[in-house]
Amino acid sequence: MSRIRSTWVTTPLILALFLGLWHWYVTAFNVSRFIVPPPAAVAESFIDLLSTPSTFRHTWITLYETLAGFVIACVVGVGLGAVLGKTPWLEKALNPFIVATQVVPKVALVPLFILWFGFGPEAKIVVAAVLAFFPILTNTVLGVKSVDLGHRDVMTVMNANRWQRFVCLELPSALPAILAGMEVGVVLAIIGAVVGEYLGGSSGLGHLAVAALNDYKVGAMFAVILLLTLLGFALYVCVGLLKKVLIPWHESVVDTVRTTV
Amino acid sequence: MSPDASTQLARGEQPVKVEGKICLHELAIRYHTQSGSVLALDTTDLTFGTGEFVVLLGPSGCGKTTLLRAVAGLLEPSSGSVDIAGRSLWGPSGRDSTAISKLGVVFQDALLFPWYSIETNVALPMKLVGMSKPDRLKRARELCALVGIAGFERVWPRQLSGGMRQRAAIARALAADPEILLMDEPFGALDAMTRDQLNLELQRIWMHTRSTVLFVTHSIPEAVFLADRIVLFSPRPGRVHSIVNVPFARPRAPSLNDDAEFHRIVRDLRSRLEQFA
Repeated sequence: MSRIRSTWVTTPLILALFLGLWHWYVTAFNVSRFIVPPPAAVAESFIDLLSTPSTFRHTWITLYETLAGFVIACVVGVGLGAVLGKTPWLEKALNPFIVATQVVPKVALVPLFILWFGFGPEAKIVVAAVLAFFPILTNTVLGVKSVDLGHRDVMTVMNANRWQRFVCLELPSALPAILAGMEVGVVLAIIGAVVGEYLGGSSGLGHLAVAALNDYKVGAMFAVILLLTLLGFALYVCVGLLKKVLIPWHESVVDTVRTTV
Repeated sequence: MSPDASTQLARGEQPVKVEGKICLHELAIRYHTQSGSVLALDTTDLTFGTGEFVVLLGPSGCGKTTLLRAVAGLLEPSSGSVDIAGRSLWGPSGRDSTAISKLGVVFQDALLFPWYSIETNVALPMKLVGMSKPDRLKRARELCALVGIAGFERVWPRQLSGGMRQRAAIARALAADPEILLMDEPFGALDAMTRDQLNLELQRIWMHTRSTVLFVTHSIPEAVFLADRIVLFSPRPGRVHSIVNVPFARPRAPSLNDDAEFHRIVRDLRSRLEQFA
């Protein structure tokens, strides 16, 4: 209880301190509004942004691209991860290529995706999916591979068949790792969608940010970034809620005091 | 009973002519590692009778756990065979599921599934054989009461102490009504007081279920307190050294630990074990 209450105090306090420092820095050093606008100006721009009707459409497009890319990454990442985790020789054979796809600077490939998939949302969905895919894949492989050997013995002596092993042991055992991958993945998906919008097309919050900068509306750009941050936060919280529903038993979700009996 | 009458050498002895619940015929287990193969259990012939409480006793690396895992179907014999209630454990197509279904196993760690509540863990063997949910939960609650964890059916395993978790593991092992209970140092990780208490409870549960028990331990007093018969193992390679009958009447009380005959058997076993050092 006390931990919950204390975050209600510390979070606004740290936020207020940050805003205060920002304001002090901008006024004390007389920083140009075109470089860093003061917090009050950003707040004003943010309210402007929210009261512009087209903002909702742009937000929706970015959210759609992010979620579509994330879902594709989840389906392919978890599916492929489960297969690779269960088939060590295949994992060994494919590992160099999986690492190669990871170390390739994917953001540098975004123009190529735009060339292939056009200026519409498809290219951004692909970028979001490609960025979110890797952490979900590696975490799924890790989760499926690290099923406790003792638990496997328990299933063997209970005469469990393959399906029962999967449903009662392998899937729940791998879920915490998969969800940890999803937590990272959803944040990368939103980055992918926004980077895609930066580089091509005329919609989405990424486009809005670039457009604001091109018009020297730095305050508006900060406002878009703030909105993007809130969006990312909301998605991250959603995955967190998913964890509460799917793995309520896990250490990362509950911190119960152990009953000493 | 004289020491000579209560102890016999296992090697060269004819298999006991009782209806054996578990029969080991020339069972040997060899582990294959990168640096060669290790004989974990040398050729062993043993028969365990219905309802018998047998303790496998010996130092580390003497093959007692190997034998238990072979009976549990977790290790395939390198040679020889394991028969469970008259059925060969290993058939041409792998483990015989009828033979496996007669077994309940408790490991050194409770190995409860952390994603299931205690009652769901206990009910898992019944779920796997297709028992309906209300039936298996009802039975799980009865089993929780039997092993002394009533009231904790709905909590997560991590919320229980080690002793309570091990009780739940015993309840789970009993869930499928096994004719044979295999226990691999089930109380080895617990403190001495909890251990004594659980030994007493185990005796009560065993007298209630009347299953055949194979119990692995390296604690001599624990072995003498629990066993009808102690099979003593010697290491390198693991093999049966000798068999000791324990004559005390049931139920045995904690005061047995002060009994002179109890101490004599403990001393006798200790002197045998010291030869291996």
